[in-house]
Amino acid sequence: MSSIPEDLHYTKEHEWIGGVDDGLTLTVGITAYAAEALGDVVYVQVPEVGASIATGDAVGEVESTKSVSDIFAPVTGEVVEVNQAVVDDPSLVNSDSYGDGWLFRVRLEGSADDLLSPEEYTALTSGES
Amino acid sequence: MSRPTPLRGVHESLGATLTDFAGWLMPLRYGSESAEHNAVRQAAGLFDLSHMGEIFVTGPQAAEALDHALVGHLSALVPGRARYTMIVDAGGGVLDDLIVYRLAPEEFMVVANASNYPRVAAELTERAKEFDAAVRDRSEEYALVAIQGPRSVEILSTLTDADLDGLGYYAGLPAVVAGHEALVARTGYTGEDGFELFVAASAAEPLWAALTEAGAPHGLVPAGLSARDTLRLEAGMPLYGNELSADLTPFDAGLGRVVRFDKPGDFVGRAALEPLRDVPPARRLVGLVGHGRRVPRHGYPVVVADDGTVVGEVTSGAPSQTLGRPIAMAYVDSGLSSGLAVDIRGSREPVEVVELPFYRRKK
Repeated sequence: MSSIPEDLHYTKEHEWIGGVDDGLTLTVGITAYAAEALGDVVYVQVPEVGASIATGDAVGEVESTKSVSDIFAPVTGEVVEVNQAVVDDPSLVNSDSYGDGWLFRVRLEGSADDLLSPEEYTALTSGES
Repeated sequence: MSRPTPLRGVHESLGATLTDFAGWLMPLRYGSESAEHNAVRQAAGLFDLSHMGEIFVTGPQAAEALDHALVGHLSALVPGRARYTMIVDAGGGVLDDLIVYRLAPEEFMVVANASNYPRVAAELTERAKEFDAAVRDRSEEYALVAIQGPRSVEILSTLTDADLDGLGYYAGLPAVVAGHEALVARTGYTGEDGFELFVAASAAEPLWAALTEAGAPHGLVPAGLSARDTLRLEAGMPLYGNELSADLTPFDAGLGRVVRFDKPGDFVGRAALEPLRDVPPARRLVGLVGHGRRVPRHGYPVVVADDGTVVGEVTSGAPSQTLGRPIAMAYVDSGLSSGLAVDIRGSREPVEVVELPFYRRKK
């Protein structure tokens, strides 16, 4: 199992959120734990730039050989950028979950509440495995 | 609690993702399932199939008992050969699809699916009652390891003196492989050349190790159930529970050729199946190829692209490594072959109807 980066936040739906401590634009991706559980990712659907999303909304999907999962908005805000590279090459979710496999960026409206710390996410995933 | 196979320790040491399948703890994949799929198409893959059931039918009337119990003509099978067949209920519904090996004139091995073999063993026992034949479920004693892919012959030939070149498709012979007694069968579920090795449960680990070592220079990799499923789907092979069920007859599944009305005597399901032999079924099993990347999956509705009218249902679907597009098998109203789509979670994705299989190996 790959290690869980210390500088990110997480959700129970196995998403990672970068930039929470730095500013208003947050980066969202899928954790390596989730990518491993999904298997080879073959299709990624991300929200459109300009879309308003609210915490908990299903805003996209990730499809692997064996299954399909929703992507849930981890925060409320406006989508300002999407990763076209991962749409074109979904295997980036597997090969570089916390880097080139990022999914979209969102400009935060309000605050980023109820996110998990790296310690909490570690505890969550070690309980599941 | 899922039951482990004799190879559980091996799978764990290889870092496999394990999953429950039909009550068994099985390797889903060891690394990338796409890489495992491609290895089987291009080199070779090693599978643990010990969850399958092995039921032996023996005795002076073993052949007659199977002619009565199954839809196939097993008394016509030559010792050393195997046949794909089915067991149906009195109404003609498919209880399981099977491979039957005739090991000797009075000895048959019936290989049944993991989810069905207790039922199959019970049905065979009941149906063989009137015959001088014994039915014994020996699934617990056996492990089943398959080596599949174009390099299989080369790899296996380094471990056995058996005449593999003389072993035709759907034939089996007893042989010693890496020092272990095995039934070596040229059968599989991947659309490639390959072998299935039935061995004593205790021989599974050393046999796996020997095959792994002999296969390494040839590109052999362990392959899990995920790759097995996409391989068989590309090859257009039905999976019980998806394309086959007790609600469908062999004719519904387009497999009426396995029902042998020309064999001697009555057989279970004959009366129900006979009137169906010349009746075109309302729905037909077809292949679908998608244009985008979203995958039609088991249970998704097949619809008319223009108006969304439901005209069928997907039974299996996956992204195809070989075609580079999503593929699926589906039951679709007979006569419809264009203008179709699959309702993928609310959006209509156009699909092309194609004849099965999606993939056929070059001889």
